[in-house]
Amino acid sequence: MTATVGRQAQAAARASDVWKVYGSGEAQVVALRGVSAEFERGRFTAIMGPSGSGKSTLMHCLAGLDSVTRGTVAIGETTVTGLGDAGLTKLRRDKVGFIFQQFNLLPTLTAKENILLPLSIAGRKPDPAWYDTVIATVGLRDRLDHRPAQLSGGQQQRVACARALVSRPEVIFADEPTGNLDSRSGAEVLNFLRNSVREHGQTIVMVTHDPTAAAYADRVVFLADGEIVSELIEPTADTVLDTMKKLDTPAEVGN
Amino acid sequence: MFRATLKSLLARKVRLILSGLAVVLGVMFVSGAFVLTDTLGRSFDSVFADGFSEVDVNVAAKPKVAVSEVQGEQTAAPVPAATVERVKQVPGVADAEGVVAADGARLIGSNGKVVTSFGPPQIGGNWIGESDLLRLREGRAPQADDEIVVNKALADAAKVRVGERVGVLTAFESKRREFALVGVFGYSGDRDSIGGVNEVMFTTGVAQRLMLGEPDAFSSVTVTAADGVAAEALRDDVAGALGPDYEVKTGEQVATDASASLKEGLTFFNRILLGFAAVALLVGTFLILNTFSIIVAQRTRELALMRAIGASGRQIIGSVVLEAIAVGLIASVLGLAAGIGIGALLAYLFGKLAGGLTLAGIGVPPAAVIGAFAVGLVITVVAALLPALRASRIPPIAAMQDVATPDRPLTKVTVAGGIVTAIGGTLLFLGLSGNARGNTLPTILAGVLFAFIGVALLTPLISRPVVSLLGAVFSWSVPGKLGRLNSGRNPRRTAITAAALMVGIALVTGVTVILDSAKGSIGKLAEDRIKAELVIAGAQSGPRPPSFDPEVLEKAAAIPGVRLVDGEYGDMVKINGENTWAGASTDPAALRQIFGAEATAGDIDRLGPDQMLVSSDTAKSRNLSVGSTLSVQPSRGEARTYTVTGIYASSQLTNPVVLPAAAAKDFTVPQPIQGFIQLAPGTRVADVQPQVETLLADSPEVSVADRAAFIKQQTSQLDGLLRMIQILLALAIVIAVLGIINTLALSVLERTRELGLLRAIGLRRAQTMGMITVEAVVISVFGALLGVAVGTGLGAAVVEALRDEGITDLVLPWGQMGVFLGLAAIVGVVAAVLPAVRAARINVLGAIAHD
Repeated sequence: MTATVGRQAQAAARASDVWKVYGSGEAQVVALRGVSAEFERGRFTAIMGPSGSGKSTLMHCLAGLDSVTRGTVAIGETTVTGLGDAGLTKLRRDKVGFIFQQFNLLPTLTAKENILLPLSIAGRKPDPAWYDTVIATVGLRDRLDHRPAQLSGGQQQRVACARALVSRPEVIFADEPTGNLDSRSGAEVLNFLRNSVREHGQTIVMVTHDPTAAAYADRVVFLADGEIVSELIEPTADTVLDTMKKLDTPAEVGN
Repeated sequence: MFRATLKSLLARKVRLILSGLAVVLGVMFVSGAFVLTDTLGRSFDSVFADGFSEVDVNVAAKPKVAVSEVQGEQTAAPVPAATVERVKQVPGVADAEGVVAADGARLIGSNGKVVTSFGPPQIGGNWIGESDLLRLREGRAPQADDEIVVNKALADAAKVRVGERVGVLTAFESKRREFALVGVFGYSGDRDSIGGVNEVMFTTGVAQRLMLGEPDAFSSVTVTAADGVAAEALRDDVAGALGPDYEVKTGEQVATDASASLKEGLTFFNRILLGFAAVALLVGTFLILNTFSIIVAQRTRELALMRAIGASGRQIIGSVVLEAIAVGLIASVLGLAAGIGIGALLAYLFGKLAGGLTLAGIGVPPAAVIGAFAVGLVITVVAALLPALRASRIPPIAAMQDVATPDRPLTKVTVAGGIVTAIGGTLLFLGLSGNARGNTLPTILAGVLFAFIGVALLTPLISRPVVSLLGAVFSWSVPGKLGRLNSGRNPRRTAITAAALMVGIALVTGVTVILDSAKGSIGKLAEDRIKAELVIAGAQSGPRPPSFDPEVLEKAAAIPGVRLVDGEYGDMVKINGENTWAGASTDPAALRQIFGAEATAGDIDRLGPDQMLVSSDTAKSRNLSVGSTLSVQPSRGEARTYTVTGIYASSQLTNPVVLPAAAAKDFTVPQPIQGFIQLAPGTRVADVQPQVETLLADSPEVSVADRAAFIKQQTSQLDGLLRMIQILLALAIVIAVLGIINTLALSVLERTRELGLLRAIGLRRAQTMGMITVEAVVISVFGALLGVAVGTGLGAAVVEALRDEGITDLVLPWGQMGVFLGLAAIVGVVAAVLPAVRAARINVLGAIAHD
């Protein structure tokens, strides 16, 4: 099944017939089986699926962190497939933002330095107005000179979000961004992500297994056994949960 | 617990190999030193045993001035020819033969240069025929007075052949004398030389005159016992017949004694090597301490889990110490093996350098084995104790938490560092000021050790500001800034890594400061004091200083434009039973006019045959005044009584006493060893120098140089010494480099996730490598800065203490220090290569996606 929402020109990220195979022979594992998907510009898409469904692999391939076995991946105008390390680095630097479950902040840098790090690496200056907006939205203005160790988990993840946003990437990939947070902090972060899509037109692709988190998205793509099996537009926690339940029944999962 | 330790050890092979390498190198030095000295010692034994294998009893005269190995070569007093006849009369003597064998026979090679020796004597002797030991290989025995034979080693070194006419300088004639080379001899076992000794054999009369300076005298008498007479019994009989003026020994005894005196030199050599081993091990200790600390920090969770499931603190300590023992044991074995190899290699090189010393088989003395294991194990375990203690204090709760342990405050470490540094400083002060009551050297060494440890403990505190300052240089780029922050991240780790480098650099700097100051002081002294435009001298390579024909001086004095010429002799003499260095001048007027000496009493311009001058220090210590009489016993001949006629200020001339030139005929080297030529005002050096050069044509050991060249020549030996010490200390620096690699590699491993993130958000591979390199460079330059600072302090302290010994100027080698800092930067870059490549190759996905 192929998800085709939105027009091609508007796609911020696109996977076409992507296969990902690990190992060979007896030990061969097929993680993605011909996945084709487009992720529309200015929308918040969640990728869901049971563990082992290939949702993280799909995201890693989309973000250029992992190579695909067959098929092509593109971010905006750039074809990711076939890029060398230098090209991938440039792509990640200029067009992609990341938010991780483990926050992944540099302990030696202050919150502000962490936020500005991708721009510094690229040798770019932040747009002051946009920087101000981002800081205001994440609500960390009085914490900017603190180091990660002095911040709570929620605050650290907001710093990570700001870091991803500040360079205005083509697309932000969020890998279980609320997985390490309590529900209140998680809600804060998700609200913040949704706002950045609604108010500033940011594109976000989020991998999650939490129906509540997925409900913040505009659209949810469901993966099972390496294939896209279903999708929901304007989801709620209940519809997501229902779909997930169906996926969990073995009968629905056959190939 | 044991199994768990073993498993964790195997899991971290590479890290432990790196830190173990430091121990391996240190142990290698220790065991190598013992293997080398043992092998050389036994080689000497066999060489001398061989050399005296055909001598039953040997008779020599007691030396007039007994000098130790450190003071110079012993000069044997001649044995009168009549003694040979007396020995022959002793019952039980089958035959007795007078032998001439004295140092100072220098063959001039086919290239016109004197064949030099770097240790073994250059023996000139009388040909007494072939024997089981010695055989002519070519030609015939010398029969006429202008005929000689030489051993094969010398003939090869000089590139001369039988039938050629060759020039020889002898003990009593430093002027080329022509001989016909009529034969070349070798020794049993197809050896060209015994122990690298060069030998020239003359007819007996010539040998006596040129090598002993006396007709009818010999260096020794070799006695052959009649059948059935034991050597020991014969020795006692001969000794009884000759009286107390002679040293009578069996051949075996002579061999043992000669070998023992050389071995004494080896012991000294051994100590030096062990000293360098100690430095290497000190640096190694820092390295191991650091590695274990990092490993314990990385294993915090694992260790906490062990505590949580019931392991006691003691068991945790045990497990870390067990790991250390395993590392120490393996390192000791490898170090011992490497040491045996290095010892054998050095012995081989030594044998080559000494002109073909036949090596006895390579031996591994028990000291090498015991030393290797004791040192390797003890150092490793001691270094691992602190980390082990820290490991045992990890609370079980740490297993459940993900929080990094907060930086412990540096107060304790800083206070301890302050105290240890103060102890080191006090010990140094005591040692250097001469208040250590006979324990000067151990006190100074302990002081240096404490100072190093103290500074190392203080380093974490210093590291913060200094590292951030150093790193500021690189902060213009993002990778540079990140590298700088990383190097300031763990002050203890940075500090210990830098401190390891500090030790090596500090010692090199200290030695350089001392030797440069000595050089500067000597140079300045010479420049200030020597008012001679031209100097005749040669570079000394063996134990005997180069000398020249005194006639040159007389002829030089006749060159137009030459105002004053002085030849200087020198030797150790015995004055009223005490060894003293004595100089002799061909022209006493030179003391004042060339050396600027000033009389504090009496007259120092003239010196009669029975008169002497003394320095004001000598006058003071021996309670002398003008008119005092002293009995002076030179190396040869009889003691003579001199009257003090003048006293000169010690500050101007360092010779303790000055004798008339005539006294020099009984010196070990009875020729002038330096000549000073003062020109009349307005005379050009370039006009006179070539004429003096012509005069020196027959004295190829020396040359004439202007003053600047002379000073350079005189101080060049210090350069050689400095270079040797620098090479040996370079090992300590190599170990420190291993330390930097180790620390960085462990840090890279620790920060895998971070590196992955940086790569994920767009840091290029090259930038990643740049970041690691900056960290390495900052750490190593910091270490070098510390080293240069500490070394300068130590060096300046020693120079201050040596002020009375004539090192008056503190010369700071700014250029060298700059070189060290530059080298440190390079070292940093080199050390960063492997960890940086590793960091750049980190799999981005693997680093961030997995825990």
